[in-house]
Amino acid sequence: MAKGYSVFSLLKHALKPDAPWPLAWEKPEPKSSYDVVIIGGGGHGLATAYYLAKNHGITNVAVLERSYIGSGNVGRNTTLIRSNYVIDGNTQFFEHSMKLWEGLSHDLNYNCMVSQRGQVVLAVSPVQLDVFARRGNIMRLNGIDAELLDRGEVQKLLPYLDYSKEARFPIWGAIHQPRAGTVRHDAVAWGYARAASQLGVHIIENCEVTGMVMDGGRITGVETSRGRINAGKVGIAVAGHTSEVARMAGLKLPVESHILQAFVTEAVKPMVHHVVSWGAELFYLSQSDKGGMVFGGHIDGFNTYTQRGQLFKIQDVMQCAVSLMPFMSRMRLLRHWGGIQDMTPDGSPFICRTPIRDLYLNGGWCYQGFKATPASGWTFAHTIAHDEEHELNRCYSLDRFEKGREMDDYGIGNWTYKQ
Amino acid sequence: MKIPCPHCGERDVSEFRYGGDASRQRPAHGTGDLKAWHDYTFTFNNPKGPHTEHWQHVLGCRQWFKLARNTATNEIKGVVQ
Repeated sequence: MAKGYSVFSLLKHALKPDAPWPLAWEKPEPKSSYDVVIIGGGGHGLATAYYLAKNHGITNVAVLERSYIGSGNVGRNTTLIRSNYVIDGNTQFFEHSMKLWEGLSHDLNYNCMVSQRGQVVLAVSPVQLDVFARRGNIMRLNGIDAELLDRGEVQKLLPYLDYSKEARFPIWGAIHQPRAGTVRHDAVAWGYARAASQLGVHIIENCEVTGMVMDGGRITGVETSRGRINAGKVGIAVAGHTSEVARMAGLKLPVESHILQAFVTEAVKPMVHHVVSWGAELFYLSQSDKGGMVFGGHIDGFNTYTQRGQLFKIQDVMQCAVSLMPFMSRMRLLRHWGGIQDMTPDGSPFICRTPIRDLYLNGGWCYQGFKATPASGWTFAHTIAHDEEHELNRCYSLDRFEKGREMDDYGIGNWTYKQ
Repeated sequence: MKIPCPHCGERDVSEFRYGGDASRQRPAHGTGDLKAWHDYTFTFNNPKGPHTEHWQHVLGCRQWFKLARNTATNEIKGVVQ
């Protein structure tokens, strides 16, 4: 196994091109018992295992992945990172994530291609610009970078938008977070897998969890397609299929599974140098390092586990693209795909204990799973290690709807995704 | 995906509005048990498989009806009475 990547290991392999690079992470047979079993080998599960080992010294850990590492939503998102949230709880959590992103490549000894190219969120009315000013003030009070741009400043940064009199949604200005950007999403999965494996974590692919082993009100292990595995503690990190896995433990959750589509065009020369989001409709676009425009919009709108999107939503998103960026009408769509995400009533996730002893939940990521990956793993590891939520994820409890503590960042009530 | 409206026949899904799980039972009026209301309002079975759900033909006859669909495949079994 590759212990460390460096300029010397690169040179060594350059001089011996026939010698294959060693496996990035080990592929052990599952043991019969672990201190902690994490269900789900996506970004969040792998990050959790890594921080369990690194921050809490718990290395007798297995990550069980139904398919292969990188096959789920960690490879299906639009790779955006940002920390421009409004309400307490979200603001601090996502900024913690941003700080972890900033040091992640060094921490993991793996180039995650963190590109802080900045995010520009466009306001399409003076009222919206006022709302953005408030958001910017909240961010700055929390030590997060934010600046307000007027129309002229936006035009300098993003000259390719529709600034004509005919524009359906005239651009009034924007809020800009320079530290936001994109990250190579596959590298995040691979980097966390490799770093966790080097600390002794077992990453077990092609191992589907088929049942929970319970003893009274306590979980003691899982049944899998590769046999029973006993566990001191079990963490669920399978967003998209959270309801299905939690059901095995008898839990019914505030989660619905929905499809979110994403799109990429053919590659063109560098033109879009930021992440661009729109205030008129949920629409976000960035240009990948390869040159393709990577973009997405809303969910299709009805619960489904098929990763096959509906045509009407493709048309909606294309209309947004062309309306905001006229050049998009001449681009060719190369690929589109769907990912299944957990939607929660208030649009915020769960990182918490559950009513079942020694069973922990990480899910409900709605649109924001990828950008949360490092902080999600960091706080989930804390929650599992200490059997208690960290200050940063205390707000993401399962009982927050009962207690009247919804985390409603849009400020328009529950079920924003159904309105 | 096409949805068979009981009045208008088979139409594109974009003409319809989704109304959620139709198997849920609303607690009786006046039920004081907040846990029952919480579970009704906020939790879901969310199955990967057969699902009965409400739809409204909002860009057509505007009728509400129940539909049987498989959430694992989007296969539609038809309207449920």
